[in-house]
Amino acid sequence: MKVRNVGWWFVAPAVIVLGVFFFLPVLAALAMSVTDFDLYALSDSANLRFVGLQNYGRLLSEPLFWKALGNTLYFVVLGVPLSISASLGAALLVNSKVARLRNFFRTVFFAPVVTTLVAVAVVWRYIFHTRYGFLNYGLSEFGIGPIDWMGDPHWAMPAIVILAVWKNFGYNMIILLAALQSIPEDLYEAARIDGASGWQLFRHVTLPSLAPVLMLVSILTMTGYFQLFAEPYVMTEGGPLQSTLSVLYFMYEEGFKWWSLGRASAVAFLLFVLMFAVTVLQLRIGRREANV
Amino acid sequence: MKRTLPTIVVNTLLVVGGALVAFPLVWMVCVSFMPRGAASAIPPPFFPVHPTLDNYRELFANHAAGRYMLNSAIVATLATAISLVTNTMAGYAFAKLRFAGRDRLFKTLLGALVIPGQVTMIPLFALVKEMGLVSTYGGVIVPSLASIFGIFLVRQYALSLPDELLEAARIDGASEGRIFFAIVMPLLRPILVTLAILTFLATWNDFMWPLIVLTDQKLHTLPVALAGLSREHVQDNELMMAGAVITVVPVLALFLAMQRYYIAGILAGGVKG
Repeated sequence: MKVRNVGWWFVAPAVIVLGVFFFLPVLAALAMSVTDFDLYALSDSANLRFVGLQNYGRLLSEPLFWKALGNTLYFVVLGVPLSISASLGAALLVNSKVARLRNFFRTVFFAPVVTTLVAVAVVWRYIFHTRYGFLNYGLSEFGIGPIDWMGDPHWAMPAIVILAVWKNFGYNMIILLAALQSIPEDLYEAARIDGASGWQLFRHVTLPSLAPVLMLVSILTMTGYFQLFAEPYVMTEGGPLQSTLSVLYFMYEEGFKWWSLGRASAVAFLLFVLMFAVTVLQLRIGRREANV
Repeated sequence: MKRTLPTIVVNTLLVVGGALVAFPLVWMVCVSFMPRGAASAIPPPFFPVHPTLDNYRELFANHAAGRYMLNSAIVATLATAISLVTNTMAGYAFAKLRFAGRDRLFKTLLGALVIPGQVTMIPLFALVKEMGLVSTYGGVIVPSLASIFGIFLVRQYALSLPDELLEAARIDGASEGRIFFAIVMPLLRPILVTLAILTFLATWNDFMWPLIVLTDQKLHTLPVALAGLSREHVQDNELMMAGAVITVVPVLALFLAMQRYYIAGILAGGVKG
């Protein structure tokens, strides 16, 4: 029958694009990571040499790479729970039966998600301004002395976390809101008849019902947060004292500042492997808790 | 509604939270209308006392903001238009056409969703350079000309199309192409609008790939230009806020106008994906 393979014509354009510009580069990244691909190789591939696992070995013995890795993990470990908590809090508020103007607040909470990261990073850099920023002005009202957000290695990453939470919590709020609305009302009724308090309802009805969705959004958020790049690029340029240098920023500098494309590919692969491992780990833990 | 304690607590939290979340964007707009240097005061001013358009004038007259805006619009429009066609055709085929290897191919694509785009960026640059596309519109859009997520989104929606309708058209002798354009496309309209908005916003906001591939400043998109400008003009807060406004407002307006479709896309992708 003719119909049988006409489907291939329909998928061909997308498959060709994805093949050439996605799957091929993924494989090429693996291949490039075992070469000394640099500026000379970029102009003439005759200058390319196979170096085995040397790039990986050098990276793992380079303190700056470990610093970038540590910073990225710090950002993820601090940012993901804060983001999810903010999302859950906002979803509960907007979903509350006694709340007024729910659609309006839902839109307000969601608005930062669609904004341009570079632009809002510029805005937040100004809010964090030591002298003229609104944040320090607000804090001074409570007697908290001026914090040098962008200049103090202890505060630069937390500042970026604040920006990231503000920018992203609305996304998961929408997903959690839909999940909240799909919890059957009977469950709450039954628990109330048994005399459950508001907190007990939340702890024993709401949270368990949300568990699978919470698992999903935390994995999605985590993989997103591992890709930290634009925030430090705009706000701190990786400083002060490399305290906001992320793995991706490190990759960008290796690749497009020093043109060590082979090493940069190795960085990209290590990041991917790490993200993959953490996702699998999280799924494992999630499954085990679901079984208990 | 009675003014009980929970009512007061919930609504107070909503108002305070809403104000905190909206504050950066509102302040951005306010400061963008202040004269040079007016925002550098203690306490920081909120409303512009002497509102002016000088910052916007300077952006467009001396910093080629019009040019960058045009670049962003061209890049986002091209990527959206082309990827809409490729993703829709593929999504429909995966849902409704039977062909050899279909399910295995679809599973491969879904599996690849876990690979972050950044892994591809370095070889992609080498490839784009080989093709002579560094610093061209073409170079910026190639990675967005089809997306696994987009294909998935269309497929989920197309699964619900009635098979009888397609069969009836086939019996009437309509070609597969005609069925796609005359029957399928109109029925897919809601998901196409969703996909178009998601793609447009994503390409407009995209930063890392344009930063890498656009070495010629004349072709910079708004985010890349703004990042560069903000490094040179660290102290010019009013000017930078105006730059942020012209970058954010187009996408924010598009979102507010098409909110329903955007949210539908997130729920379709986030919950099922």
